[in-house]
Amino acid sequence: MAEVNEAVKERSMVIQKEMLAELFTELSTAKEKGRKVVYTFVPGNLTELILALDMLPVYPEINALQSGMRKKSASYIKDAEKMGFSEDVCTYVKCDIGMMLNGNIGPTGEKLPDPDLLLLSYTGCFTFMKWFENLEKLYPGVEIAMLHTPYQEDGRITEDQITYMVKQLEEEVIPKLEKVAGKKLDRARLAKMLENSSKAEDLWVKVLHSAKTVPSPIDSYFAGVYYMGPLFTAFRGTERALEYYQELHDEIMERQAKGLLPITPEGEMKEERFRLLVEGPPNWTNFREFWKIFYDMGAVIVASTYTKVGGVYDQGFRHDPDNPIESLARYCMGCYTNLSLPQRVDLLEHYIKEYKVDGFLINSIKSCNSFSAGQLLMMREIEKRCGIPVGFIESDLVDPRYFSYANIKNRLESYFQMLAQRKSILAQQPTTEKA
Amino acid sequence: MTGIKQPPARLAEILRTCEQLAFDLEFTHAKAWRKAADDRLLVGYLPIYVPREVIHAANGLPVGIMGVGDHKRIIKGDAYYQSYICHLPRGIIEMALDSNLEDFDGFLFPAICDCVRNLSGMFKLAQKGKFTRYFDYPQNFKEHIGGTFFRELIETVESDMFKLNGVKVTPERLNHSIGLYNRNRSMIEAIYDIRQEFPWRLSAVDTYYILRAGLVMPVEEHNAILEEVLELIGLDHGEAMDNIRVVVTGSFCEQPPIGMLKSMEMAGCYIVDDDLMLGSRWTQGDVDDTTDDPLGAIVTAFLEKSPSSSAVYDVGNPKGARLVDLVRHRHADGVIFCAASFCDPALLDRPELQKACDAAGIVHINFQFHENTGQFKVIKEQAGTFSDSIKLWV
Ligand code: SF4
Ligand code: SF4
Repeated sequence: MAEVNEAVKERSMVIQKEMLAELFTELSTAKEKGRKVVYTFVPGNLTELILALDMLPVYPEINALQSGMRKKSASYIKDAEKMGFSEDVCTYVKCDIGMMLNGNIGPTGEKLPDPDLLLLSYTGCFTFMKWFENLEKLYPGVEIAMLHTPYQEDGRITEDQITYMVKQLEEEVIPKLEKVAGKKLDRARLAKMLENSSKAEDLWVKVLHSAKTVPSPIDSYFAGVYYMGPLFTAFRGTERALEYYQELHDEIMERQAKGLLPITPEGEMKEERFRLLVEGPPNWTNFREFWKIFYDMGAVIVASTYTKVGGVYDQGFRHDPDNPIESLARYCMGCYTNLSLPQRVDLLEHYIKEYKVDGFLINSIKSCNSFSAGQLLMMREIEKRCGIPVGFIESDLVDPRYFSYANIKNRLESYFQMLAQRKSILAQQPTTEKA
Repeated sequence: MTGIKQPPARLAEILRTCEQLAFDLEFTHAKAWRKAADDRLLVGYLPIYVPREVIHAANGLPVGIMGVGDHKRIIKGDAYYQSYICHLPRGIIEMALDSNLEDFDGFLFPAICDCVRNLSGMFKLAQKGKFTRYFDYPQNFKEHIGGTFFRELIETVESDMFKLNGVKVTPERLNHSIGLYNRNRSMIEAIYDIRQEFPWRLSAVDTYYILRAGLVMPVEEHNAILEEVLELIGLDHGEAMDNIRVVVTGSFCEQPPIGMLKSMEMAGCYIVDDDLMLGSRWTQGDVDDTTDDPLGAIVTAFLEKSPSSSAVYDVGNPKGARLVDLVRHRHADGVIFCAASFCDPALLDRPELQKACDAAGIVHINFQFHENTGQFKVIKEQAGTFSDSIKLWV
């Protein structure tokens, strides 16, 4: 159980907080300082390209999730629905558009600058295209660049796909970025950034891998979403991100060496009862309550697919300074939601084995067909292949109408009971049988 | 006797056949065609578009799989889909788990949304068909970028088929197939043109039966049907009603139940254009069937002659303006937005399309449906009110 005490502020947390504060200050003064602003998506983002051209990235998905955490999303979503968006569609889109209708006020209370460029890195989600088609009309005259990332339908990245991506990047995306930035891309600077990315990615993978130890020093889902922030968004490729991941890595290695358990908002966990793998994004509107249900029960998420939406680095991919554009192309195509369903199932199976997982849980998100469509078949496949208890809950990202605390808690409690029973049965069996 | 000319008996006969074929979820006709020769292949495809010409040239029958509508009870399919996912894929999985799709050699899943995309993976996991492809057509429309990628994509399908039947798609074969599909599309457009002037000669529902039947038979047979239909609706029959003319949009994938279309018509709306069978009408105009590189012609046609669609990136060619043009071209009085519930592509396009209609002074109404919706009273009432208000005020 988690011990209630003052939340410990690790140095890495302080660094991340400072990084975010600096970014938002830069954004709030971007227009007066003549900095160009690029709106883009998290999966398959081209942050190094944006930063190498001295532009500032804004991620509408992050705005939406932050609005969810700040309890503003419900009214933003309603405003977008009044404008004609159906109750049925992705709430990230509606939350973002609602936020825009309400003055685009960011988490610091200051207005986010309008985009100079919409960079539609169309990776792993069809809705992205619809989202930016809408934004393009809501910001009349804004420049827009499209990068169509082919899906790994055959379970691999093909040469044709790479050529298609590289051509788009070289002939369409980079020229458009340069046009908006008003300068040529400095390829040496890009290579340096990709080198930084690659080093940070190494450290990130070590952080993820730390959860293989029993007990795990980290929660790879609830805390993982904080850990992944700098690498998945505005900071990949920067020295600052490298500094952050070095610090995070060192802290976690220290925790691991000491046999400490994950940190939660209520302090350190004292017992690891269940090791879980979670598929699907978390709910943001009730994030803390949601997390608490798990740590109160001693459940640690040792691996998750959501922390792979910005890159499946733990399977070997690294940005490559010697092959910059192709590696950006490979990066985009390799993000989790751009994997085929068979690849996703294989990856889940791999995590179950590698991370000594007791149970597999799906948090199925109403908004997100990219994640959710097919999850029930994936669940059956995992049950069949791995024989571990599977659980299924439903919620939404930022629409509080679809988060029923009582319902989710009930379901999770029954699920944890099932896990506990299975554990005690397994404990009574001779070791050979267990294997 | 009123003096109203009765529809030709032959038309009624054709319509009966087409209705039966359109909703034969056992695909009996297509399967019988497949069995007649060893090197024939059945390639099922989902909405919206695949280059059927290529499948035809490879001695395949492209079979459109448009969902089960209200013609099959979903028993297993619901266990594969959460309640907030549209209805179409659960019917298709139901068919795949039953025997409906047996004898199909391959399946193509066009890149129109994440449900269809992930359904392609479900077919792979469930090992359905000898090949399964997510047909990821380009969203880049430059010949040497998106065009090259599209060509490679089509060549992959050609090679999938070649491995099964050894039939090579030669330029001659492909040009021949292109010609047949050009004829098919031009006759369909001719039917829409006649209906624009005389919508009472062939109802929207009857038009739908004719087009949907075309998804499950060889194009040669469908062309023969279309020829006859064109001739028959060229004859004067029926009587004009005091109806408004509407364009129905948003139903390009999951199909509204027939009862819904009938309700709109009965409520006083002539549906003069729609996107129900958009895949059969995809290329706007002919594909060149006279070149040495017919595959190149198909690619160019996709890049340059694709219609307005939620599945195609619209920057530089906004869908709103294209919808307004269509309404004007068809002299329609209004638009019925008619999308499947939980259909992100259609529903996310709707606000901008509505805005474009508002700016052009085009009135519109909005419905959502499931393919198996069974109650149409409200739809009929609302469509009736819409029609009356147009008659009164516009
Ligand atoms: S559908 Fe999913 S991946 Fe796409 S924008 Fe919405 S939440 Fe993000
Ligand atoms: S109805 Fe819409 S969401 Fe459903 S499969 Fe078709 S295009 Fe996708």
